[in-house]
Amino acid sequence: MKALHTKLWRDLQRLWAQVLTIAVVVAIGVAGFVGMFSVHESLKGSRDSFYSDNRLADVFSHVKRAPVVLRDQLAAIEGVAEVQLSVVMDAQIALPDAQAPVTGRFIGLDLARVQAQRQGLNALTLRSGRWPERGNTVEAVVSDRFAVARHLQPGERVNAILNGRLQQIHLVGTVVSPEYVFASRGGAPDDRTFGIWWIDHERMAQAFDMQGAFNQAALRLHDPSWLQPVIDQADRVLAHYGTRGAVGRDKQISARIVSDELSQLKVMGTVLPSIFLAVSMFILNVVVSRQVATQRSQIAALKALGYDDRDIVWHYLGLAMAITGLGLVSGLLLSRWIGLMVLDMYDEIFRFNQLAYGTTPWLVIVAAGVALTAAILGTWGAIRTVVRLKPAVAMQPPSPPSYRQTLIERLGLGQHLSAGTLMVVRNFERRPWRSVFTVTGIALAVALQISGAFWLDAIAHIVDIQFRQTQRGNVVVNFQQPVPPSVVQDLKRLPGVIHAEPYRSEAVRVHWRGVAEDGNLLGLLGDTRLLRPVDEQRGPIQIPPQGIAVSWLLAKKLGLQVGDRIEVEFRMWHQTRATVEVVDIVHTLMGKQAFMDFETMNTLSRDGTGASEATMQVDPLAMAKFWEAVKQAPVITAVFDKASSLAGFQETTSRSMGVFSTILTLFAVAMAVGIVYNAARISLSERAWELASLRVLGMTRAEVSVLLLGQLGSELLLALPIGAVTGWALASVLMHLMSSDNIDFPVIIAPSTYAWAVLIVMAAGLLSALLVRRRIDRLDLVAVLKVRE
Amino acid sequence: MQGSQRAPLKHSPGRTHRISKTATVPTVMSHTPASPECVFMAQNLTKVYGEGAAAVQALRGVNLRITQGEFVVLLGASGSGKSTLLNILGGLDNATAGTAQWFHQGETHALTGASDAELTRYRREHVGFVFQFYNLIPSLTALENVALVTDIAQDPMRPEDALALVGLSDRMNHFVSQLSGGEQQRVAIARAIAKRPQVLLCDEPTGALDCATGIVVLQAIEKVNRELGTTTVVITHNAPIAGMADRVMRMADGRIVDIQVNPHKVAAATLSW
Repeated sequence: MKALHTKLWRDLQRLWAQVLTIAVVVAIGVAGFVGMFSVHESLKGSRDSFYSDNRLADVFSHVKRAPVVLRDQLAAIEGVAEVQLSVVMDAQIALPDAQAPVTGRFIGLDLARVQAQRQGLNALTLRSGRWPERGNTVEAVVSDRFAVARHLQPGERVNAILNGRLQQIHLVGTVVSPEYVFASRGGAPDDRTFGIWWIDHERMAQAFDMQGAFNQAALRLHDPSWLQPVIDQADRVLAHYGTRGAVGRDKQISARIVSDELSQLKVMGTVLPSIFLAVSMFILNVVVSRQVATQRSQIAALKALGYDDRDIVWHYLGLAMAITGLGLVSGLLLSRWIGLMVLDMYDEIFRFNQLAYGTTPWLVIVAAGVALTAAILGTWGAIRTVVRLKPAVAMQPPSPPSYRQTLIERLGLGQHLSAGTLMVVRNFERRPWRSVFTVTGIALAVALQISGAFWLDAIAHIVDIQFRQTQRGNVVVNFQQPVPPSVVQDLKRLPGVIHAEPYRSEAVRVHWRGVAEDGNLLGLLGDTRLLRPVDEQRGPIQIPPQGIAVSWLLAKKLGLQVGDRIEVEFRMWHQTRATVEVVDIVHTLMGKQAFMDFETMNTLSRDGTGASEATMQVDPLAMAKFWEAVKQAPVITAVFDKASSLAGFQETTSRSMGVFSTILTLFAVAMAVGIVYNAARISLSERAWELASLRVLGMTRAEVSVLLLGQLGSELLLALPIGAVTGWALASVLMHLMSSDNIDFPVIIAPSTYAWAVLIVMAAGLLSALLVRRRIDRLDLVAVLKVRE
Repeated sequence: MQGSQRAPLKHSPGRTHRISKTATVPTVMSHTPASPECVFMAQNLTKVYGEGAAAVQALRGVNLRITQGEFVVLLGASGSGKSTLLNILGGLDNATAGTAQWFHQGETHALTGASDAELTRYRREHVGFVFQFYNLIPSLTALENVALVTDIAQDPMRPEDALALVGLSDRMNHFVSQLSGGEQQRVAIARAIAKRPQVLLCDEPTGALDCATGIVVLQAIEKVNRELGTTTVVITHNAPIAGMADRVMRMADGRIVDIQVNPHKVAAATLSW
């Protein structure tokens, strides 16, 4: 059947622009699927092998201070395979070239085991330099991400205040740790201001007065099914020593963020490619249907010549397959580019032993299967026409397409419309489904653009809520343990401090009707000015003098309502329980949180007056002096500098969101061009004869262009507002699919995002229409009129 | 020469074969059914399009017999039913009632009631079509259009030879749009005969052509009929063409109203209209 293959090849050549635009849409679908899932697989593979090679613990428990003799009790818990006890403390560090101190998390490292290459759980991998040794100086290895962000090299020395005493730390190497794949204090990327330091565990115990004691237990399980019973048992063993409660890997901050990211990749790799493949199905349907309609007499002739249905069906399926195949191959190449770009982005945020991009054969097979199935489904309608077409049609001249009066005319409104408008309206009614699909496709392009760009709005919103409305001070300092408010009064005397407020933040367990949920309780001054949590819908939260306000996420988990009397279990400093009434449910952005009055919280926790942190307003002009003073303040273990945290957060997120949003903009443009260009070309091919006739009758090019593009223009205009609404819906769906227990983000889309999406798609549509308009200008009147369809 | 190695649709030697379960072959006929030179025989062939009040009777009981190597011209005005008859004989359409048979290598095959697949095989192996509007594939060259048929036929000519036969050796690599109407129709004839069909069915082959071009096309058909011995049926409303026929059948209102043997067959070159 070589001649039929030649015909296929020539048809493809003739339709090259349409072939290309459809192939691009297919390619994006394939690239999105293969790229995102390849990144997912690569990331998951790296994570899993890192966790298993470096023996990440299954359960983590933080305690205030517990004796190491508990090791046997912990090891005796049924299901526990291995126990590792360590000391983990935060301390402020003065870097040589930085004005503001940064926060260092110091962790004791068993040097003997390191030397013996038997590190046990949460083992480190050395990236550069060497392991610490015992000696007069305190030697440390630091997390690789922090070293890179701060340009620290082995051999450098930094000053740290360990438990109130200034110590010089000698940096000897950089490491990666499965426990800190993503190093962060609150969940936001924080590599510039938060580093992890490992020093000799005996030195560590000495420095923090923790000889014979530990404050973090890590447990490895025989089997994951033991998780909950082991957590319960570990909590029981550690209850009297002040615990935040044991958590599994699913709640360990670094592991949780990595796995959240993996789920999001799956969502992105499924939702977006599905949209593209659906759109490619629609365009293929239109193009192949048109091809079949144009070649009606050719098909009938082939049948009359003795070609059977199967040959001809394969011929037209071949057209769809060739286009899809081109899209598939380009999509696979494109997937590598997208994949590498996204993986590169993760490489900046996460640290594994190794992270390499790879595509598994099954992904390629699934992508090919899905794309080709979509092609077949898309062309099915056209194929049915081929089968139904009788060979005797080859003998007949074509009948004019059947039109009838439209609804508008039947309603008597037709007389108000011009002949041109009537043509547009009748075309709408003649092929309503095509119009519906065109409108849907363009609307999806708008939606896609919105769903890519709205993340930037969401981040701007988070920044506004967290950094501007909530954190109204510019510095937060942490204390090793709760301090009396008088300490905060002392802080006010530091140079440049305009105002300082104490607050208390503590992990608590909330009990309600036999169900318990862990959350964070914040005790704030009634007249707090510098730390003012904000309700999404109602603005600043009024801290009730009595009772507790809980976040919507926590209330949802426990089924709480205002008026319920819940039990709050203080577990860290003074183990006690208190019953308190829920007086408000508030929408905060993140986490299962609760708020109460500072004094009330201190009274209920029965440990007097204690501030765990203080928020401060410092004169920006006096920052240098202020930081110098902070570096000398032994009581301060960690600092949060709003300006540099915000800069770091924005730098990381805007880069990663910029990548996503640029990719999605390109995709949206490709989709809009694919739809509008093909719709216009089909329209032109269907009506070339009619338009040429009108030109012969004396109509100008502009007038016939309006007739041709008028319908498309109205479809485009109709699609834009629908697209805006769909964009909101798609953003909500993505947000919903990506949400977790810890996030309560509203879907915030700025008017400018809608406007840009509409403008970009409209521009893509106009450009496509103009390309077709050029064809109208070049319409060969004589030749067109000679062609018999 | 023609189709000597080809298998007919279905056959059981020495007796009338029914292609379809529903087709019935009359036991009493006015002609000898198994006559060696008989190619087509139709008996009381009826075709109705549509149903009820909208029904149009295109054929009202047509009887005919066409013999091997014969050149038959079917004359008639538009709507007389000649195209419908040709469609049924060519396996493009089914009759509403009556029978149509074709004979090949001593076998009798019913066309009426045959399945789609059987009719496709019949067309593929035994029938050559020439359409009024040529129905060439514009994206293929003349040679490739002919190759469309030789690709699927069992014992075809070389496409070059088929084109040489209609005098288009020097235009083989031209696309359809680069050929004149007459040349296009000659490509269509080359395409029709390249499979060495048993019958050549031409539907108004000169209908879209002027006289001079039409005559060139008719010469090509004449040559095929004469040199290859292909049974040829030409339908036309153009009466002068009847001059080149062995027999002329006139149709009106769905019936054959007159059959004339042409004792003074003339060459196509001498025709004019």
